[in-house]
Amino acid sequence: MGKLTIGCFSSLVGSTNLDFAVKLSAAAMEKGHKVDLWVSGNGTMLSLTAQRAFKDYSYLEKTVTELMEKGLNVTACEACAESRGYHEDHTLAGVKRFSMDWYLASSFDADRVLHIGGE
Amino acid sequence: MATTKLGFIVQRPGVKSENPKLALTHAIASQSVEIYLNDGDLVTADIAFIGDGVLNCKKDQKPEYLDMSTTESHIKMSLLLDLNVLICKEDLERFGMTEKDVVIDAEEFGADIEAKVVPYEEINKMMEDVNHLLFF
Repeated sequence: MGKLTIGCFSSLVGSTNLDFAVKLSAAAMEKGHKVDLWVSGNGTMLSLTAQRAFKDYSYLEKTVTELMEKGLNVTACEACAESRGYHEDHTLAGVKRFSMDWYLASSFDADRVLHIGGE
Repeated sequence: MATTKLGFIVQRPGVKSENPKLALTHAIASQSVEIYLNDGDLVTADIAFIGDGVLNCKKDQKPEYLDMSTTESHIKMSLLLDLNVLICKEDLERFGMTEKDVVIDAEEFGADIEAKVVPYEEINKMMEDVNHLLFF
């Protein structure tokens, strides 16, 4: 089985790129692959806790939490999060926060890197 | 010991979106990635500006208007760190720009290498040579 590194820079609300990235992560994990998901830029919105589900907006907190319990590795860019006021105490349990070199390190031994840029 | 080559392709203009600066900061992070890797393992970063992305390379950007760093200073920092910076010649010409209009060196930063204005064919070769491509 392989390792997939996904970088997603799009926001949770206002784009459906993160929905795609998370669905792809789930599909890859179901096939037995290891998945690292890096969120940077507006993508750090995914790392927020206490998201509220509305029918008109993307809501991924529950799905991501369940996937992390199954082994999905989610890391948010700390600087991108902090610049948006997303502090450590706002972070969804299980999501790690590191600097950008974490993404490059994950790419180092990934079989595939899928980079989804921001808006 | 192994090396993974990453290609950062910047195709959007600066200021309008965060992407170009994130491309540069992620590429620059290749210099500190070793803390996560085994001894001797490396991640290298090549950066190419294509399409509207070449506008990020414009010289004499004024950081005081937005009170934030410019892509020009990030490119200079990339040169200081010996990253390979390529700028697409054909796309520069599309904007009526030449090598004289873009950041080529970073002597004031102490950089030894220069950015290269090259035909798209050369950027294509770089893209074929890297392990993973990241489009910004």
